[in-house]
Amino acid sequence: MRFHPPRGMRYAPGMDNDELPRAHHDLGGVPKFLCEPVDVEPHALTDFDKEVDAIRQILGAKQVMSVDELRRGIEAIPEAEYHRLSYYRRWIRSITDNLLRKGVITEAELRAALGSP
Amino acid sequence: MTLAPGSAVRVRLDWPETRGPVHIRTPWYLRGARGTVVRHLGDFPNPEDLAFARPAERRALYHVLFDQDAIWREDHPGDELLVELYEHWLEPA
Amino acid sequence: MSDLLETQSERLLEAVRGLLAQKGIASPSEISERIAITDRASPGQGARMVAKAWTDPAYRALMLADGAKAAEAIGIPMRGMPPLGVLENTPELHNLVVCTLCSCYPRAVLGYPPFWYKSAAYRARAVRDPRTMLAEEWQTVIPAEVKLRVVDSTADYRWMVLPLRPAGTDGWSEDRLAAIVREGDMIGVTIPTV
Repeated sequence: MRFHPPRGMRYAPGMDNDELPRAHHDLGGVPKFLCEPVDVEPHALTDFDKEVDAIRQILGAKQVMSVDELRRGIEAIPEAEYHRLSYYRRWIRSITDNLLRKGVITEAELRAALGSP
Repeated sequence: MTLAPGSAVRVRLDWPETRGPVHIRTPWYLRGARGTVVRHLGDFPNPEDLAFARPAERRALYHVLFDQDAIWREDHPGDELLVELYEHWLEPA
Repeated sequence: MSDLLETQSERLLEAVRGLLAQKGIASPSEISERIAITDRASPGQGARMVAKAWTDPAYRALMLADGAKAAEAIGIPMRGMPPLGVLENTPELHNLVVCTLCSCYPRAVLGYPPFWYKSAAYRARAVRDPRTMLAEEWQTVIPAEVKLRVVDSTADYRWMVLPLRPAGTDGWSEDRLAAIVREGDMIGVTIPTV
């Protein structure tokens, strides 16, 4: 693959300027992934994945939490965690974050429901 | 704002990421890029507000076409990128 | 709060599931029902639309004008779903869909997004070196004279590709045509062949 340095401009669209803040979910053209192979093998969803997906849909349909709020919560996951967590692990984390933030559930209720590890 | 198909536009050169927690649907790689409006896709509540459960005004959403090699100049001249962008991210070019 | 969010995901799900049931927001049966409904959406549905568009010019026109109406016309439920746009491949133009910001996908007509569609590698590369990526990962070679248009699905629409009908399929029935249309053909990473 060929990657040309940007022309002699302070800023041009698409240039890889590390000084310009970039959210870690905003992945279009990010250099560190350009040489990474795409895993094109099928990966079946687990029961966990499907349940998280279904809960998200129900919360959306009942206007408890929008898909935009889900995304905000996913984007708020620190970068290393974001890339370490599987897709639906990010979702359950964001869903929980939103339910707490919106007062749908309280921290005390969640602690109680989690019980002791 | 209603932009007619064929209007030349520039994506706002802005990084709201520097001003606190935000949720934006304008990819980083397009900031400042020049493109052409293909069509108005409809008006939708602004996701930048929806994401924080704030009242969200409806904003015009456009399909905007860009030359791939005006952005990265590395794959194949003549190729294109087509992206949904909200009116408040576009300015006349 | 942050320590709670770092709880192991399965435990978090169990706790949230319990609380949502307790509060009357989502019962286990509602969740099962929702899973069953979601499982019914699959690439086979999009393939039926494509096959019909290949054989019925009026349907093709409807599909290109309003994908959701075209889906509903063959019994695919679209209520509450985002608008569906259809991108037509031609001998001069090949479309490829990606969502660089998250994983927006035409779920109503294709089902759950595949693993690769959600991957960082696909999201990074599809907009920047799409031809190289398609050739390396899917052995899909877009001829140099064909324009490649990458559609970054960033907002309220969902996008599917209407691929070109392959040669050698004259006289085929809709069912037979639908059987050759794969998930990747409707995103643009592959091309239907016979």
